[in-house]
Amino acid sequence: MCETVCPHAVFQISNKKAQIRDINDCMECGACALNCRFGAISVTSGVGCAAGILNGILKNTEPSCDCTATKEKESSCC
Amino acid sequence: MDSVLDYTSLKSLSASIPVVSAKWSYGDFWNAVKVRWGIGRDNSKVTPGIYKIGNPNNQSDVFVSANYKLSFDVLRKNLDFINAWILVIDTKGVNVWCAAGKGNFGTKNLIESIIGNSLKDIVKHHKLIVSQLAAVGVAAHEVRKSTGFKVIFGPVRAVDIKDFVDAGYKATPEMRKVNFPIYDRAKLIPVDLMYGKYKLLIALFSVFFLSGLDRSGFIFTKMIQTGFFPITNILASYLAGIVITPLLLPVIPFRAFALKGALCGMLVILILNLGFSIPFIERLSLGFIGIGIASFMAMNFTGSSTFTSLSGVKLEMKWSIPVQIVIVAVGILLFIISKLI
Repeated sequence: MCETVCPHAVFQISNKKAQIRDINDCMECGACALNCRFGAISVTSGVGCAAGILNGILKNTEPSCDCTATKEKESSCC
Repeated sequence: MDSVLDYTSLKSLSASIPVVSAKWSYGDFWNAVKVRWGIGRDNSKVTPGIYKIGNPNNQSDVFVSANYKLSFDVLRKNLDFINAWILVIDTKGVNVWCAAGKGNFGTKNLIESIIGNSLKDIVKHHKLIVSQLAAVGVAAHEVRKSTGFKVIFGPVRAVDIKDFVDAGYKATPEMRKVNFPIYDRAKLIPVDLMYGKYKLLIALFSVFFLSGLDRSGFIFTKMIQTGFFPITNILASYLAGIVITPLLLPVIPFRAFALKGALCGMLVILILNLGFSIPFIERLSLGFIGIGIASFMAMNFTGSSTFTSLSGVKLEMKWSIPVQIVIVAVGILLFIISKLI
């Protein structure tokens, strides 16, 4: 499943086991961890968004693009 | 599953479901243009619920969509080959990937929507086709456990749906990958461009005003006469960071967006300098400011990009923000000095 849901083909299956092909391709979206029913993967996920992180630091909250949090639109920063 | 299903009630239930076209109207096209420019996006929503494409029956496929109008429109446009159901879930008008990341397109929401819309009374099979990007928020095994519906993660791009269905609901590795071609990057630029418009105006006004500084105080005519060059510099570096860097993203060296932007800003300002004869110290000061701005603005594109990670961007910001602040501060200081000597 992790191989199916990964948007950057981080995993490859060999000998019926999932292996990490290249960890640097990972964007930390967390899809693999959420869809691994065995709980074999853990990812600290979040948006890799400079504006969001900055917002988080300024407001002392989790990184969040305030465009999505308050205005509920397709944000440019997700 | 409920086996004593009353056919007549099923029919009336089905008849009350709105049919949508797989074709885009002028209005749909116009909406797509507008939201890309950040106009009226907050109202770009579709009422959650079930919709029909063509004339589906209880064996037809069910596709799940976010209730952001552009998401819904792109999906239905690519379902013109099939009779199908679309289950629109309430993602507060946010697209699939972002909503999934924030939990609005999530396991709980999907389960509630399946139950709330009595999906098991509408179709006989137990299969849902959900965009792969929703996997960030939807745990397929949890949905199956609660509702009996099997989530099939479809391709990343809606254009691939036909090939995916034709191949027996199998996506090729290429369909599973998120790429970020120049066309997609270009589509995201207008929103970023509009996003920083007020800060840009403030910066433009500030340098224009500072241009009038003089040892003898403030001279209005000096501002008018010398204010043009700083303004073009700021504008050019803004565009270098927000338009040129994203367009040329894979071509520009360095992995860090801040460095990409700085390099791009430097080149643009160097080219700009060829056309003006300005005192060296003023050129230098504007160069500093411009590189800082281009670097910072380019870094903002990390949020639009499809491959940056939280830890990676944090790491990048840790060193780049202080550097950006320092070079912009040095630039402003030099600019003021250049006006006073």
